[in-house]
Amino acid sequence: MIMRPVIQVSAVRKTYGPTVAVDEVSFEVNDGEIFGLIGPNGAGKTTTMECIEGLRRPDRGAISVLGLDPFRDVYELQERIGVQLQQAQLQKRIKVWEAVDLWASLYRKKAIDGERLLEQLGLIDKRNAWFMTLSGGQKQRLFIALALINNPEVVFLDELTTGLDPQSRRAIWDLVRDIRERGKTVFLTTHLMEEAERLCDRVAIIEHGRIIDIDSPKNLVNRHCPERTIVLATDDRTAEGRFRAVPQVEEVICSNSLFTIRGRGDDLVTAVIHCLSENRIRVTDFRTILPNLEDVFIKLTGHSIRD
Amino acid sequence: MLRGLWKLTWLELKIFLREPLGALGTIIIPVLVFIVAGRILGRGPAPNTLAAGSFVRVGLPVLASVMIAISAVLSLVTIISIYREGGILKRLRATPLRPYTILTAQVLTKLALTVATLALMVLAGKRYYPVGVHAPVFGFTIALLISTWSILSIGFLIASIVPTARFAQPVGAFILYPMIAVSGLFVPVESLSPSLHAVARVVPLTYAVSLLEGIWKGDAWGPHMGDVAALAVVFIVCTALSAKVFRWE
Repeated sequence: MIMRPVIQVSAVRKTYGPTVAVDEVSFEVNDGEIFGLIGPNGAGKTTTMECIEGLRRPDRGAISVLGLDPFRDVYELQERIGVQLQQAQLQKRIKVWEAVDLWASLYRKKAIDGERLLEQLGLIDKRNAWFMTLSGGQKQRLFIALALINNPEVVFLDELTTGLDPQSRRAIWDLVRDIRERGKTVFLTTHLMEEAERLCDRVAIIEHGRIIDIDSPKNLVNRHCPERTIVLATDDRTAEGRFRAVPQVEEVICSNSLFTIRGRGDDLVTAVIHCLSENRIRVTDFRTILPNLEDVFIKLTGHSIRD
Repeated sequence: MLRGLWKLTWLELKIFLREPLGALGTIIIPVLVFIVAGRILGRGPAPNTLAAGSFVRVGLPVLASVMIAISAVLSLVTIISIYREGGILKRLRATPLRPYTILTAQVLTKLALTVATLALMVLAGKRYYPVGVHAPVFGFTIALLISTWSILSIGFLIASIVPTARFAQPVGAFILYPMIAVSGLFVPVESLSPSLHAVARVVPLTYAVSLLEGIWKGDAWGPHMGDVAALAVVFIVCTALSAKVFRWE
């Protein structure tokens, strides 16, 4: 697959009065990938996204989306992208089909079939319902419909699942994967590490308006959190010494018959299992604890994303 | 660019009529007030004194029309603030829609409602109003549209400066209703004290009232071109100012 960047952001800076919202932000988003901008609330995610969408003008730096300047060519750009905004609403008493119908009429090129879109998004039963009567998940699905109605090349999703229950959240994740399957590029922001980990091909971690690192979730974890932890239970008296003898093991903590074994690298788990079978150590419990993006975030920033 | 304008306007009209108090407050109540006040005044102890008679014949219809215009403006101020607070304006802007198309749709919606209310008032008036009125309905409609259009631009200015939707209606009412007092509806502008006279000269409603009264009485448009020009100036100034200070979010 040839990687062709559809979004290029270089050295963008945006201030609101004395507050620097985004500073020296640079990254590229490739064609056909789901790219996530992740960070805590107030980190500059929405500002960055709205600069790319042409809704805000950066103080400095350059942005190119599909070869267009988002601010100068904003109407041309709007024809080719689909947007879902954080915490947006529609008119309380607009009907679902009316919103889709209005949006479909706003674009030069022919919109895709709104009825089919509502069907795919599970909203067809709600086509005559007023916006104010929809649940949180239904509202977000409608916003996804509006973001897709012009068959866009790039779709922007800002905090798509915030405030949704876990079940709706999973349903929305499936929909976002479907968008990628249709060959579109997805640019999303989230402060949910699980969401980023499950959905994104690549993520950029942003804090205090600056990008800390960019890579696939797996590579980020391997780079910043190579530690692996195994928790196992055994009554074998000889076990502790044998675990310590495994080269990849760095630390063994034993409390009663529960062992916590720490080490680094992907080989740790194999090495410990090998040690168990070679010495015929009988275990009654065995778990591995793998680091995730959450741990990467803590490692890089010194605090949890929720703090 | 007109793409989306008619659809958005039509949609906004439908949405407005779905508001439980929308149609009632904006259309029915002004008409009811007009009819009821007319019947009370027209049947009073001295219905044929010159002042009362003239008020029922000219003042009251013009007052009712001004109320229609002001309630349209207040409704505009409220809707713009609610749309801004709810992110609806921003969501509409993240489309190929031009900003002025979004706002023009709101203006057209309010003008359509103004005409509908006026039509209802004329129809109800023919049947229930105590004195026969022979006003040029078409010319008066145009005059009311010009007046409303001009005052709507004040509405945009108010909508640009009120911080939250909660304050929109009261702030708008506080600015607009006192204008009626000095507009010449109750006391002729010429007989106001010099300071109030000066105020009346800069209050846009004065020109609207002068235009509406004149056309209602059957004046030609010629002598009222000054009023129309003043209303146009108000429109241009307020539109230019709100273009500078209007906030989309």
